[in-house]
Amino acid sequence: MNVDVLNRSAAPIVSSTKMAIADCDIHPRPAGVGIGGVSKSLYPYLSQRWIEHVEAFGITYRQPWEKGAAYPKNQPQACRRDAFLPDGGSPGSDLRFMAQQHLDPNNVALGILNPLTSGQGATNPGLSAAIAHATNEWQKAEWTSQEPRLRGSVVIPYEDAAASVKEIEARADDREFSQVLLLSRTAEPLGQRRYWPIYEAAAAADLAVGIHAFGNGGWPNTAGGWGSYYIEEMVGHSASQQALLTSMILEGVFEAIPKLRVVLVEGGLAWAAALGWRLDRQWRKLKQEVPGLKRAPSEYIRTNVWFTTQPIEEPEPRMHLAEAIDWIGWDRVLFATDYPHWDFDDPAHALPFRMTEAQRRGVFMENARRVYRGSIEIAG
Amino acid sequence: MSDRPAPIDCDVHPVVPDIKALLPYLDDHWQEAVVRRGIEGLTTISYPTRNPLSFRQDWRDESGRTAMDAATLGRQALDPFGTRLAICNCLYGVQAQYSEDLGVAMSRALNDWIAREWLDRDPRLRASIVVPMQNAELAVDEINRCAADKRFVQVLLLVGSEVTLGRRQNWPIYAAAERHGLPVGIHAGSMYRHPMTPVGWPTTFTEEYVNQATAFQSQLTSLIAEGVFAKFPSLTVVLMESGVSWLPAWMWRLTKFWKGLRSEIPWVADPPSSIVRERVRLTLQPFDAPPDAASVMRLMEHVGSDEMLLFSTDYPHWQFDGTDALPAGLDASIARKIMAENPLRTYVRLNDRETTP
Repeated sequence: MNVDVLNRSAAPIVSSTKMAIADCDIHPRPAGVGIGGVSKSLYPYLSQRWIEHVEAFGITYRQPWEKGAAYPKNQPQACRRDAFLPDGGSPGSDLRFMAQQHLDPNNVALGILNPLTSGQGATNPGLSAAIAHATNEWQKAEWTSQEPRLRGSVVIPYEDAAASVKEIEARADDREFSQVLLLSRTAEPLGQRRYWPIYEAAAAADLAVGIHAFGNGGWPNTAGGWGSYYIEEMVGHSASQQALLTSMILEGVFEAIPKLRVVLVEGGLAWAAALGWRLDRQWRKLKQEVPGLKRAPSEYIRTNVWFTTQPIEEPEPRMHLAEAIDWIGWDRVLFATDYPHWDFDDPAHALPFRMTEAQRRGVFMENARRVYRGSIEIAG
Repeated sequence: MSDRPAPIDCDVHPVVPDIKALLPYLDDHWQEAVVRRGIEGLTTISYPTRNPLSFRQDWRDESGRTAMDAATLGRQALDPFGTRLAICNCLYGVQAQYSEDLGVAMSRALNDWIAREWLDRDPRLRASIVVPMQNAELAVDEINRCAADKRFVQVLLLVGSEVTLGRRQNWPIYAAAERHGLPVGIHAGSMYRHPMTPVGWPTTFTEEYVNQATAFQSQLTSLIAEGVFAKFPSLTVVLMESGVSWLPAWMWRLTKFWKGLRSEIPWVADPPSSIVRERVRLTLQPFDAPPDAASVMRLMEHVGSDEMLLFSTDYPHWQFDGTDALPAGLDASIARKIMAENPLRTYVRLNDRETTP
C-alpha cells in the first residue's frame, strides 16, 4: 500500500523473496493516449470498422462516466505513484520497466497477466468482442512473446458466450495463455446457463478460468442499492465473489464440468470457509431445490476453486488468517501482488506468519503450477 | 440448559394469518382498498409459505404454517426453552410495497396488531417497530407513535433496502431510534428494489437465502463508511438472521481498506473492527457454524468479543432441530452471556421494571 498507518503486531517474518515466486495477478495496460476509452496501442489489432466506431462513439459501460471508473479511485489509475513511467506513461504499460521494478527484484518466475479495461461488459457486444480480441493479440505480441516469465489471460466478451468460445478456441493451443479472464460483476450470476459454454471451452482447452474483481453488470453493488464510496466498492468485491461462487456451485457448474478450475482474483479468501459452512447448512435443508448437486457445496470449493491472496486480509493477530487458510486448505491459495495497483502486496511482507516449508512453496509457486497450464516448465 | 439463565430470545416471528387480520387496524379508506382492490396479502418471497426454511416441519399445523397466535408461539418457542422474554420481529412485507402510502397504513396496522394480539396476550413478549422504509420521515413518525409503548424495544429494518442504509437520507431514523433508546435491528429480507446479489437475480431460494449474508456485509460497510456510528454515539445496530461466521473475514477486509482509504471517509476515526465490536450485535440463528466444535471456538476468537451474540431461535424458521439452538463447541461462559446478559445490555428497555415480569 502507499500508506502504512499502523504498526503491525510482532510476528516472525519469513522472507519469501529469496525463492522464485508466482504472481497470479499482474496488470499490463496498453500504452498511450486513449480515444473514447480505448488506447491507440490496440489499433493495430482492431479492424477499421471498430477503429471508426471508437473514434466516433467511444466505448460505454453500464455506469455513468465517459472517462474513468464508476467510483473515483484514491490514486490516479488506482496505481502506485512509483509505477508511473519516467516519462509519465501509464503504470504497467512498459515491459522493461515492469521487469526492473517488479519481476526482477521480487524474483517473479511466473506472472499471470490480467489486462483490465479491455472492453469486458461494454454495452455494445460487438465492440466488447473486438476489444477483447485486440487485447489478446496485443498481450501476445507485446508481452508474452517477449518475456518468458509471463503468461497471458484470454480476455473474453463474457456476456456473449458464442463470441467468447470463439476467442478461447483461437487460443486453445497457444501455451502463452494460461487462463480465461472474466470480471466478477456480470449481467447475471455466473452460474447461469448462458455462461456455461465459456466454462466448457476453457476446460476443454485445459485453461483455468480467472474471475477478477470489478466489472459493470448494471446491478447495484449491494442488495440495498449503490454504495457511496470507493471503500464500499473495494470491500464489496468479496460480496460479489461470494455471490458468483454461490451461483456456480448451486447451478451445478462443477458437477457438469468437473475439470473446471476457477481462480477468484482480488476478492479475498478468508470468507471462503464461512461461505462453505453457510452453503452446507442451508443445502441440507433445501437440497430438493438443487438436485444437480451430488456433494456438499463446500466440497466443490475444495476441489475446483482457488483464491489469489491480494489484497490479503489483515487480522490482528495475523495468525488468524493462517487459521482461516487452514479451513479452506493451503493448496487453494495463490500468491498475487496486483502490480502496479496502489494496494500492491509485497511478497516479503504480505503473509507475516509462520508457515511450513510445504505451505510456503505451495502458496508462492507450486499451487500456481497446478492451476495454470504451461507453467510447469517455469523454474522455481 | 439448567445451568444457564432463562434465555431472552431476540428473534421470533409472529405470522400474519391473513391480511383480513389487519382490517380492524386499518381506517375505512384502507380497509376498502384492501377489499376492493383484492390485495392478497404481503407474504414475500423471502419466506414462501411452503418453503422448508419458513416453518420447521414439526411446528407446522394443517395449513402448513404456525406462529399465527401468541398461545402457539408461547407453547412452541418459549416454554421449551424456558424463555423469559422474546422479541417479535414480524416479517410481513409492508416495506416492499411500492406506494409509501400503503407502506405507512400497513406499518401502523401491523404494529397495532402486534400490540393487541401479541404483546397484550403474553407478558413475555416484546416487539420491534415495523416502519415504512419507503420514506424516512414517515418511518420516524411511526417510531415516535409506537415508542411510547415500552414493550417496543427496537426499530426493524430489512437488509434489502431501496438505498444503502448508511446514506444520510436514512439518518432521521437513527436519530429517532437513538432518542428513544431503541437499537436498530436489521433483519434478513428485502424491499425487492434490487436483487439480493450484487451480480443479478438468483435462480433459486437457496441462492437468495445464502446471499442475504452478503447483503448484511454490504449494509454494515455502508453504515460504517457513511459515519452513522460516529454521528449517533449511543446507537446500537443488531443484525438479525444474518449468519454469524462471515463476520471476521468481512471485518478484516474492511479494516484493511480503512487503513488505505480512510482519507475518503475521515469521520471514521476508529478501526472498523473496533466499531463493530462495540456497536454491532448479531442474533445467534443461523450461526452458520463450522462442523467441528474446536473451529467454533476458534471462530469466536476471530470475532474477538463475547458480547456480540444474542440468543435467538428464529422461530418458526427452520434453523435447528429440537432445542439445540446453541452451536456445539461454545464454552459455558460465552453461552451464559449469549442467553441473557448480552440481550439485556443491548436492549435497554428489557430492563424496564414496569413492563418486565
